[in-house]
Amino acid sequence: MRFSTLLKNPAEWMRTPGPESDIVITSRVRLARNLTGHPFPGWARKEDRLTVMEEIRLPLESIAEMKDSFSEEMTKLSAIQKQVLVERHLISREHAAKGIGCGTVMNRKQTISVMINEEDHLRMQAIRPGLQLLAAYRSLDQIDSTLEADLPYAFDHQYGYLTACPTNLGTGMRSSAMLHLPGLVLSEQINQTIQGANKIGLAVRGLYGEGTEALANLFQISNQNTLGTDEQEIIEHLNRVITQLIENEKNARMKILEDRPTMMQDQIGRAYAVLKHAHIITSKEALNYLSMIRLGCDLKFVPEEERETINVLLTEIQPAHLQISAKRNLTPEERDILRADIIRTSLNRLTPPDFSTILNDREIEDDE
Amino acid sequence: MKCDLCQTEKATVFFSQVADGKLQKVNLCKKCADEKGVTDPTGFALADMLEGMGEQSQTEVATLDSEEPSCPSCGFTQSDFKKTGRFGCADCYHVFDEGLDGLLEAMHKHTQHVGKTPASFPDLPDLPDLPDLQGLQDIQDISESVSTPAPPEETEPGPLNKLSELKKALSKSVEDEDYEEAARLRDAISQLESQIRDS
Ligand SMILES: [Zn+2]
Ligand SMILES: [Zn+2]
Repeated sequence: MRFSTLLKNPAEWMRTPGPESDIVITSRVRLARNLTGHPFPGWARKEDRLTVMEEIRLPLESIAEMKDSFSEEMTKLSAIQKQVLVERHLISREHAAKGIGCGTVMNRKQTISVMINEEDHLRMQAIRPGLQLLAAYRSLDQIDSTLEADLPYAFDHQYGYLTACPTNLGTGMRSSAMLHLPGLVLSEQINQTIQGANKIGLAVRGLYGEGTEALANLFQISNQNTLGTDEQEIIEHLNRVITQLIENEKNARMKILEDRPTMMQDQIGRAYAVLKHAHIITSKEALNYLSMIRLGCDLKFVPEEERETINVLLTEIQPAHLQISAKRNLTPEERDILRADIIRTSLNRLTPPDFSTILNDREIEDDE
Repeated sequence: MKCDLCQTEKATVFFSQVADGKLQKVNLCKKCADEKGVTDPTGFALADMLEGMGEQSQTEVATLDSEEPSCPSCGFTQSDFKKTGRFGCADCYHVFDEGLDGLLEAMHKHTQHVGKTPASFPDLPDLPDLPDLQGLQDIQDISESVSTPAPPEETEPGPLNKLSELKKALSKSVEDEDYEEAARLRDAISQLESQIRDS
């Protein structure tokens, strides 16, 4: 598959709804694996990395699930192409900076993506819409089991899968979900929530990982510990916490609707006005208003079909996607203009939010 | 509770870290936590542990100079680990396994892998035997020293019963969003588990 084909198709998770997909955008699971007899990528010479990449690519590309995959060496991709893959959460920012002897393989639906010679020889990821951590794990587990027949994995009975960084030892598994939590942000309960999650061994990050600015009220929650707990248990624990967070988020939304309905109307109405009429808009501003429209969909003030449009826009308005669609490099100012154009076009069918359900408090109570 | 660093603000961020080979709780206020960059607990704990290991390897370097041990497979040294926080190759885990358990205990609260095992590694590791009487005694000592809500008094609950009770209490506290209680229970569970394993 060519890069242009990959680009034309939005990832499957953007188009298909999953369980709880009003609050849980995606579920992701990644496994870290290494081969014996070769230094880890960060300590390896060019020749070592090239050997490992060749060793991995063939068995990986011949797995049925990876048929007609996009498979490329990092050196063959332009800076903007790499950035597109980062914006789609298909590779990490660290991997985008890699050169000789590093590669990327992903299937057509963009549900499975593999980084070769990132921090470990193999970093495989499965991504699913909504809350489907176990399904994501199972699909990856299958690929992993097929690969282990061909590749000599570095494994130890005490430490589990041996990884470059000891924080990934054991299962080598990181499972995470991207949650949309505007209710907890608006009601100022989000910091408390993040700290609570930290205390029980979970990490909370922003939209694009580490530099945790919570754009668009999106938060990634993931397990920290990988050693001493099996895959299923790690996922079940995360699932329980996420289910609780969903409940908290719904309660927070209901409470705002009851106590401060006008504030809620103002936030969503204001987002509608700006996105429909702005001609220059920064990424941050756009993401935060899109979050409010999405909230409007969840609360049925905005037609639900718009949720898919918002999902696609969250990615399409990112810098590299904008420059690909313009077919040239753009200055930040030019990007802000193009971003506003794309949003206005995408939302052209969007009618003003209909708040008639709020206007009568009784009705909400009766619905419950 | 006051912040460990500035001693003035109220501590709201709690982490575990290793100092002198012991696991310590660190309590920070929001401001100090932000300054120390502890929004990512793994990164923070790792930095601390690396400092710990660094001191060790520095003294070694001072006395042994160029004879710092290195991995025969890849040439990696402990100083390299201090710099990068990563190992050089799979064999490094066996070359530098001294002190590794302490580091893993702090990072993962466990030191023994459970979960998927490649089919080509059929040998099961020695499973921990069920605790004998000596083990039972230790468990009781532990359960006394850990401040968990006393489960309904039974006559001498076995460690495994105790464990499943703690786990039940944990899921309940998570459900109730009593994260502080959950953190306490989690610690108690991992202590009990390692106790059972080591007995
Ligand atoms: Zn302080
Ligand atoms: Zn080595």
